Amino acid sequence: MSSHAAAQDVHGHRSLQHHFENMEQQREAGTLGMWVFLVTEIMFFGGMFLAYALYRTFYPAAFASGSNHLDIKLGAVNTGVLILSSFTMALAVYFTQVGNRRPQVLCLVLTLLLGLTFLGIKAVEYHDKYEDHLIPGNLIPGHAFGPAIQEEGQPLDHHKLHLLPGATVEKVEMFYWIYFAMTGMHALHMIIGAGLLTFLIIFSLRGRFDPEYHSPVEVIGLYWHFVDIVWIFLFPLLYLLGRHYH
Amino acid sequence: MQAIESFEVPAPPKVNYINAQYGLKSWLLTKDHKRIALLYLGSITFFFFIGGIYALMIRLELLTPQGDFLQSTTYNKVFTQHGIIMVFFFLIPSIPATLGNFLIPMMIGAKDLAFPRINLLSWYIYILGGVVTIYALLAGGVDTGWTFYTPYSTTFSNSYVVAAGLGIFINGFSSILTGLNFIVTIHTMRAPGMTWFRMPLFLWSHYATSLIMVLGTPVIAITILLLAFERLAKVGIFNPAMGGDPVLFQHLFWFYSHPAVYIMILPSMGVISELIANFSRKNIFGYSFVAFSSLAIAVFGFLVWGHHLFVTTQSVYAGMIFSFLSFAVAIPSAIKVFNWTATLYKSSILYDTPMLYALGFIGLFTIGGMTGLFLAALGTDVHLSDTYFVIAHFHYIMVGGALMGYLGGLHYWWPKITGRMYPEGWGRFSALVIFVGFNLTFLPQFVAGYLGMPRRYHAYPPEFQVFNVLSTAGASILGFGMLIPAIYFVWSMRYGRHAEANPWHLPGLEWRTQSPPPTENFEVTPIVTWDAYEFAPREETEVVGKFGPEFERT
Amino acid sequence: MQSWIPLVPESASTVSWKVDALYFYLSGVTLFFTLLISTVLIFFVIRYRRRTPYEIPRPVAGSHKLETIWTVIPFVIAMTMFAWGARVYFDQYKPPENAIEVYVVGKQWMWKLQHATGQREINELHVPVNRKIKLIMTTEDVIHDFFVPAFRTKADVIPGRYVTLWFEATKTGRYHLFCAEYCGMNHSGMTGSIIVMEPREFDDWLSGNTGSTTPATAGQQLYQTLGCASCHGANGEGGRGPTLVGVFGSNQTLQTGETVRVDEGYVRESILNPQAKLVAGFGPIMPTFQGQVSEDQLLQLIAYIKSLHGAGETTPTTAASPAPAAARPGASPTRNIR
Repeated sequence: MSSHAAAQDVHGHRSLQHHFENMEQQREAGTLGMWVFLVTEIMFFGGMFLAYALYRTFYPAAFASGSNHLDIKLGAVNTGVLILSSFTMALAVYFTQVGNRRPQVLCLVLTLLLGLTFLGIKAVEYHDKYEDHLIPGNLIPGHAFGPAIQEEGQPLDHHKLHLLPGATVEKVEMFYWIYFAMTGMHALHMIIGAGLLTFLIIFSLRGRFDPEYHSPVEVIGLYWHFVDIVWIFLFPLLYLLGRHYH
Repeated sequence: MQAIESFEVPAPPKVNYINAQYGLKSWLLTKDHKRIALLYLGSITFFFFIGGIYALMIRLELLTPQGDFLQSTTYNKVFTQHGIIMVFFFLIPSIPATLGNFLIPMMIGAKDLAFPRINLLSWYIYILGGVVTIYALLAGGVDTGWTFYTPYSTTFSNSYVVAAGLGIFINGFSSILTGLNFIVTIHTMRAPGMTWFRMPLFLWSHYATSLIMVLGTPVIAITILLLAFERLAKVGIFNPAMGGDPVLFQHLFWFYSHPAVYIMILPSMGVISELIANFSRKNIFGYSFVAFSSLAIAVFGFLVWGHHLFVTTQSVYAGMIFSFLSFAVAIPSAIKVFNWTATLYKSSILYDTPMLYALGFIGLFTIGGMTGLFLAALGTDVHLSDTYFVIAHFHYIMVGGALMGYLGGLHYWWPKITGRMYPEGWGRFSALVIFVGFNLTFLPQFVAGYLGMPRRYHAYPPEFQVFNVLSTAGASILGFGMLIPAIYFVWSMRYGRHAEANPWHLPGLEWRTQSPPPTENFEVTPIVTWDAYEFAPREETEVVGKFGPEFERT
Repeated sequence: MQSWIPLVPESASTVSWKVDALYFYLSGVTLFFTLLISTVLIFFVIRYRRRTPYEIPRPVAGSHKLETIWTVIPFVIAMTMFAWGARVYFDQYKPPENAIEVYVVGKQWMWKLQHATGQREINELHVPVNRKIKLIMTTEDVIHDFFVPAFRTKADVIPGRYVTLWFEATKTGRYHLFCAEYCGMNHSGMTGSIIVMEPREFDDWLSGNTGSTTPATAGQQLYQTLGCASCHGANGEGGRGPTLVGVFGSNQTLQTGETVRVDEGYVRESILNPQAKLVAGFGPIMPTFQGQVSEDQLLQLIAYIKSLHGAGETTPTTAASPAPAAARPGASPTRNIR
């Protein structure tokens, strides 16, 4: 590809950093760096997963009640959206590796759109929680945690919280605290990912990447897959508890 | 005693990394790992002095049994802040961010670390964390103890907990990025021919340290976040009235903070390996055992956090498991001490300042490590927990161990970093003063602790006074001893004797380039065909590279 | 408080000498290895000092034999320390049978203690010598720690939970009590004394200090004023709520099917959070008393419930059947423990 040839000069590829011997070393370093960073992210999320595991063991009924009240349809759609976005991301990496610029940019844009769709659906879910007074603590002043409780024998109201036997409202608040902390942290990582994708799209349009130098796409792809995997764990743990109670 | 061989001193090299570019911007926007190391050196020294002032205030208060020098609320802030500054802003970054940053690329024959801009970013993050923490200190201080135990920190303390926590949180990312950089560098940027087992042990210990930094620091990050949310939003994760568990905080906190102490000591052990080998001109006895022991310490270090919770009466069986593992983690450290000692057998020892620090380290670390066994043993830990015995134990490791290693390393590599020699006589004198002052400060505290003096006490029963007076006297000597290098290091940068490329005639790659080094470290990448500590009567450099006759000293 | 052995505090409990023995062993090993390493180092440093500027000693790679020796021997020594330490730990924390119970509530910045016979103390605890004393402790606010150096024992007190600590004093005298977990402004002021007395003196002290009702009696009064009788019966016999007679120390089946042991912690939880572990066969109608009862009052209610044995009720089969304490002339009746 002509862009490939143009990218080389007497010092090597124009994107070769001066402290590396060659592109291979640079690529290897970048990839290893991202893997190490992802390990730190696992440890970071791990603390929250631990808190979740502990409190779920202590308060199973409350956690099941909270989980039941989440919208499983929206959660499932979001799961599908993210898995699809990981696929388009992987395609984008492939196209960059073989140097097909137009499909590469298209796949990056699709990934970004799917990511934004995820965030949009998440916003809808968060708004529903806000409406139902399920935001824990006094995080939003004046709108404290205080959901309406579904009474026995009353007509089923999906906005009301159905308390399973053994569940108390305080422990359900704990569930929502962990829900917001984990999905919020995940959403923050998605937003960062969306920003990174935007950069990738801009640089791709400018022809910065070629089969010799596509490390940023690969490395951000790794990051995106990681964020996806975190959701794959979050969805069953948060949304699919205690469904058999119904 | 042999002085350093002195012979015709060459003119200093024309261009090195210090004078390559002038101007504040060239320093603040540098990508050169050596300049970044100096940026860290300055800021770490600054924080060390702040932490030291707090220490002085503590020791002044404890001269008398009554709380007459400081109010109790002030004293509580002083010891908290002493801990926070010393742990997070001095001990954790000290050797890795200064000596590690400077030397790792040079020791592996590379031009820089894998990610130079991330290296600079890590310094800026460190500074930002420091600024936020200093804000917390100046705005009113924090009084929870550096351990931030709940529910005092979440519900009862009226101090700047969130601000201080935020400063530490930010600083943690500096640590993570440094560790990440080191791991990738050591994996991917070693010079041709430098296999893992040809690496100096300094690199092995920094690699192990980086593993801990990368795996452990995120956990303290999330712990601090949870603490901050609990304090701000009152959600209840650590609040028993709302179904939470205050001891959960302790588990999360110590899961990082115990491995953190290995972050503080492993780099120092790496320095000691270098000092012992190079100042006795003998390869380290049992090289691979010392190398693997660093990794073993890193791994086992993650499994012992529960020994900080022995008196929380959670479960005697959990206590036994953690006690067993705590004894296990002591063994690799013992192996190192034996190997260092064995290295000195039939060696050729130079009595220069760095060696004095290394010898001091071995003795003091032995005491510090063995007093740790008193705390690993459940029966004695119940009595000794939260007493001055614990304080004495960890200061022996942190000051007698980590700080000695840091000072020894600074002296050793000072000619390489600055191109100047420190005054050797003053160096030996201050090492001695520090050694004496340190022991006088902390040895009495072991006794006071077993007698029952609790820690974090602003006022204490009179029978403990004699130990406190001895301790304060020692602290004054220690403080005086540490001022001397501060002064002569600064003095030497302008008036010190110019140092040649290899003032001690050593085989390490860092000594095969000029002092101070050029920005790119080596003009041509070396090809390594020798082991880490191969001494030869005349160092024939097998380095493919140009060193003019004025630099060659062999 | 110095003992005749320097550098060691007074030994005043059955456990003290055990801890001291372990401490001397550890000190001995530490001293041995420190002296060994230091002596060897000093010897090497002098013997092998550099004599000519360019001398190069013969390199030695290592020795697997030596490495094995100095790995195995320290490991074995470490294991002896571990085993001995664990043994002492069990003695320190294993709650004893037939102990005199004292309720302790720590708060910023004092210790409130109440004997089962009603005497209240602040920052001081009078106990008879050569008797097992069991402290049931909690805190009203932050974590504190009840530390008695002369007894070589301590335990953190944690909010929301009961913790037990026990000791048997072997020597009369007055011993330091310290708070050993940083708890805020007056942490170093949260100190006191344990006063160990001969049995006769202790009885005198007890009789000279009556005036307070016993915790169990105070608990009975609370039981009425808080309205517990309306569901649990005037004397705890039950009704809309489960019976409380003889229930302490037994195992109960919950709504979820699990069984739970009725100990201090379970009773406390059921008063503050009734729905958390609901007994099978009863509806979720008990209101919570969170915020309406203090830690002291909770201990009093628990003391009352412990005292409820029905006439003719069979003793519940539990892991540790409470054995009746031997009656002592003039002594207060001891409480049964689990």
